[in-house]
Amino acid sequence: MSEIPVIIGAGPAGIRAAQTLVEFGVRPIILDEGMRWGGQIYRQQPTNFSRTSRQLYGFDSNKADALSKVFKGLINLVDYRPQSLVWNVEQNRLDVIHQGQSSILPWQSLIVATGATDRILPFPGWTLPGVFTMGATQIALKYQACAIGAQVILAGTGPLLYLVAYQYVKAGATVLAVLDTAHFSSQIKALPGLLNQPKQLARGMYYVGWLISRGIKIRRGIRIVRAEGKNKIDALVIKNERGAIETLPCDALGVGYALRPETQIADGLGCEFKFDPMQRAHVPVKDIAGRSSLDGVYLAGDGAGIMGADAAELSGELSALALVLDRAVRPGDAESIRRRAKYLESRIHTITRFRAGLETAFPCPNDWIEQLTDETIICRCEEITFGHIRDAITVCDIREVNRLKALSRAGMGRCQGRMCSQASAEILAHLTEQPLNNVGRLRGQPPIKPVPAHILADASTPKVEAAK
Amino acid sequence: MKHHAQFRRLHENNRPSIEFSIDGHVHQALLGDTVLTALLTNQGAIRRTEFSGQERAGFCLMGACQDCWIWLESGERLRACSTMLESGMRLITGLNEDAQHE
Repeated sequence: MSEIPVIIGAGPAGIRAAQTLVEFGVRPIILDEGMRWGGQIYRQQPTNFSRTSRQLYGFDSNKADALSKVFKGLINLVDYRPQSLVWNVEQNRLDVIHQGQSSILPWQSLIVATGATDRILPFPGWTLPGVFTMGATQIALKYQACAIGAQVILAGTGPLLYLVAYQYVKAGATVLAVLDTAHFSSQIKALPGLLNQPKQLARGMYYVGWLISRGIKIRRGIRIVRAEGKNKIDALVIKNERGAIETLPCDALGVGYALRPETQIADGLGCEFKFDPMQRAHVPVKDIAGRSSLDGVYLAGDGAGIMGADAAELSGELSALALVLDRAVRPGDAESIRRRAKYLESRIHTITRFRAGLETAFPCPNDWIEQLTDETIICRCEEITFGHIRDAITVCDIREVNRLKALSRAGMGRCQGRMCSQASAEILAHLTEQPLNNVGRLRGQPPIKPVPAHILADASTPKVEAAK
Repeated sequence: MKHHAQFRRLHENNRPSIEFSIDGHVHQALLGDTVLTALLTNQGAIRRTEFSGQERAGFCLMGACQDCWIWLESGERLRACSTMLESGMRLITGLNEDAQHE
């Protein structure tokens, strides 16, 4: 292959993609925003920390170690560029910032493995200091050996809720309560799907049992009403299992409703998207091997739809195999590639059934909008409230999310709608009585993440960087 | 200090300590801390919003929410969750203004 594929993201998907390309004699460029490879799930602590991989990754330490071994073996065989933020994408170039300098990287083939962030549903008080995402709650511990507070409540839904609770208690943090919006009956109903991954299921049950044995309160079927406090969270008010209002004092809250894919790069490239009812969002279209709607653009890992870290490894390898098949290669390899791909696909199918089970076990609540007050902030960047959004929708007769953004400014801030686009879309669908897939998809815009103004000013005459 | 610290250190406390300043006051944190960790182990918030002046303390810790951009005294801005603290950094949060005017 004469071209040099570019992989965006050095998490489980990006690493397996790189490994596969190297096996076919290709030396890919790997761009990663992080300081060290591993993505969020296998995020590494700073080099002067001393906790063991077992302490950091628990039951997943074997997988973390395996990936670590792979990457260490690859380091001289790939062009690895950490702390490299892709802030603009075009049909034939990427604009990449590294150490305050922007450069252009031309590309012919791309594997986009951009991962996920928390799915956020706003509630009154969610912008108070002391309220963090579930991902943040875990990163504080994994990356910085800190708890987000002295008296922590964890709430929302999804498997991460129990994992983070387990990791916090195990590390010596005080977890006052684990509050799941899902009902226990949902978790029973999900068993057939979850049995597709019996080890994962057993692990989830172990966390719950372990937490109960330590006296941690696990409560299901609750709703967050509001976080209270003046300049920091003092209490979480919930609607409890019986529908009664309860006030739970705390000084920190970790909250999340599972994950959402980071799709800005696929979007910027012009990949086709479709609405996925299970993820309640538009995700880029791809075939099982990771081929997007665009020639030469492959999608792998959670960035193309949430499937978890194990599937990310499989889809990373699959996308690289698809790239090799499509863009190259050595005659005679095709048959063995197809055999390997078939095996990977069957494993992904199993995880897909498990994933559907997770969705049944931890459904994202549909009634969260009921808790909003006129003053509740929806867009935390621009501080746009629910009342403002509702008025904009009513007064301007808005029926589509980009129009809502234009007229209300919700989603126009620095995070580019990462934190509020789900909420805005659901609010719009709710108030206009449309199905969620009808309100459209928030279009991404460069810069993909904020960049210093001088970079934008210099962008007309940047240096073009060739492969090393 | 106006606020209690938000974060609690659980492990890894045997790292070298480094000095930095918040709104002109000298503080200590540990080598390997992000700027956000250094701030939140010393106080309860890290910035005020541009519009309402509400206090914020970051949110996602993974460079997505963009809610932890703060100023350095030198006039540059940095994203606290994804920047490592360096010795002598002079950070501005604007949350200790009364002290600043002393």
